[in-house]
Amino acid sequence: MTGSLPRCLIVAIALAACVASANGGDIPLDQRRSGYADLGRDTKAMQDDDTSNPATLWVLDGEALWNQKAGSANRACAECHGDATASMKGVAARYPAFDAVQKSPIDLEQRINLCRTERQNATPFAFESHELLALTAFIGRQSRGMPIVSTDEKLKPAIEAGRKLFMQRIGQIDMSCAQCHDDNWGKHLTSSLVPQGHPTGYPIYRLEWQNLGSLQRRLRNCMIGMRAEPFDYGAPEAVALEAYLMWRARGLPVETPAVRP
Amino acid sequence: MARPLINVPAKVKRGQVFEIKTLISHIMETGFRYTTTGQRIPRDIITFFSCSYNGEEIFSADFYPAVSANPFLTFYTVATESGTLEFKWIGDNGFSETASVPVTVE
Amino acid sequence: MDAPGTTRREVLIGALAGGLVATFGAAPARATPDEMRAAIRKVVGTAQVRKGRIDLDVPPLVENGNTVSLVITVDSPMTATDYVKSIHVFNEKNPQPNVIGIRLGPRAGKAKIATRFRLADTQMITAIAEMSDGSFWSASAELIVTMAACVEGL
Repeated sequence: MTGSLPRCLIVAIALAACVASANGGDIPLDQRRSGYADLGRDTKAMQDDDTSNPATLWVLDGEALWNQKAGSANRACAECHGDATASMKGVAARYPAFDAVQKSPIDLEQRINLCRTERQNATPFAFESHELLALTAFIGRQSRGMPIVSTDEKLKPAIEAGRKLFMQRIGQIDMSCAQCHDDNWGKHLTSSLVPQGHPTGYPIYRLEWQNLGSLQRRLRNCMIGMRAEPFDYGAPEAVALEAYLMWRARGLPVETPAVRP
Repeated sequence: MARPLINVPAKVKRGQVFEIKTLISHIMETGFRYTTTGQRIPRDIITFFSCSYNGEEIFSADFYPAVSANPFLTFYTVATESGTLEFKWIGDNGFSETASVPVTVE
Repeated sequence: MDAPGTTRREVLIGALAGGLVATFGAAPARATPDEMRAAIRKVVGTAQVRKGRIDLDVPPLVENGNTVSLVITVDSPMTATDYVKSIHVFNEKNPQPNVIGIRLGPRAGKAKIATRFRLADTQMITAIAEMSDGSFWSASAELIVTMAACVEGL
């Protein structure tokens, strides 16, 4: 617990300082940068080399799940979708996507679980379960290097709702996402650099977690930091925020599975 | 679904010193952490790793709780003859995992 | 943590710290520089340990103490008669002084290893190499561990 109290206090004070220096406005497109750009040499190396990147262990498990029969339909993902290196290329770069049946945007984890319940007649995986993270990482890996795409008109209402959530002050600390990630990126919160907060590499292997985790876990993590009630996993608000973040990061390359401190 | 990941060059020349990279899925719970309700989380770590080249042990290591989760370890060996590299991890609670990769010496 | 005699302030601290209790540095017991010296003594016995022949490559600033990259290179010809027998890594302030102990030999060809380890706090680490002639060599590095600003509570 070394330093945890001072850390809490310092963070609160530093956050208050962020509020004071808020200047507002979207980040100009040409100034956007992935958190990767600010990683130390060793963390970059960890992400770049598949054998060094712990997330590869999940990607391999995801590949095994892709080819494994599941549910009472006794059907594997591969039986419908074939070779993921071809069929899943670019898919993660455009999620959350609008689902015509649900008539709402769904993220990649929800897409996987819809396939499970509707195509495989299997029980959905729990959010943050090893299996769901593994399949998401495996599918996401197929889009590595491809630009994030957010052009679907049907996503506009969700993106707008997500933007409002991003700008809205929340929690006991009374701060919005934007006050850190639009207005104060590049500055420091204690010794950590405040990133722009682009969802380019999810699911990520976060050194703090010593585990792979989803974008929703990361968002909940931020909300807890704001002393706000986090959104439930899969809540429409969480998906709307994901949709806004992907729009905000449009054009940046997918890094999945990324490594972050 | 723990599985080890091993990376060695596909082909090596006789006498060449080549790198062996290993990564394995493991929580490496230190035994020094507590839950929010004060329960000590029991230690669960890998304690021993070894690598054999055609049956002869060429490298081994003792791991302590300070080794990071999902242990990563790289080292080198001299290519002597074609054959097999065998890897073994042993840990708490009966943990045991093996892997092997072929070595082709030209 | 709500023990008798606990002040209200401490209770508040506990509430604030919440899930942080579960971080690596949570244990009250800590290794000390003395314990590190004792752990090193266990490996080297009464032999003299000389500085040198080891290169420790560590990040100047550790982004997260859970995963610190470490590359150790020992200066040795690694021949059948002159090679590195073992490499041991120690720390001063984790709950235990040992990090990893490695046995190798002439078949390694090159005395270089890479791994990743945990550091509970800013501290000194020491690597000791035992050579085939029975000599011990050491190198130390001071690592500065930064704390994540946004930890995951609860």
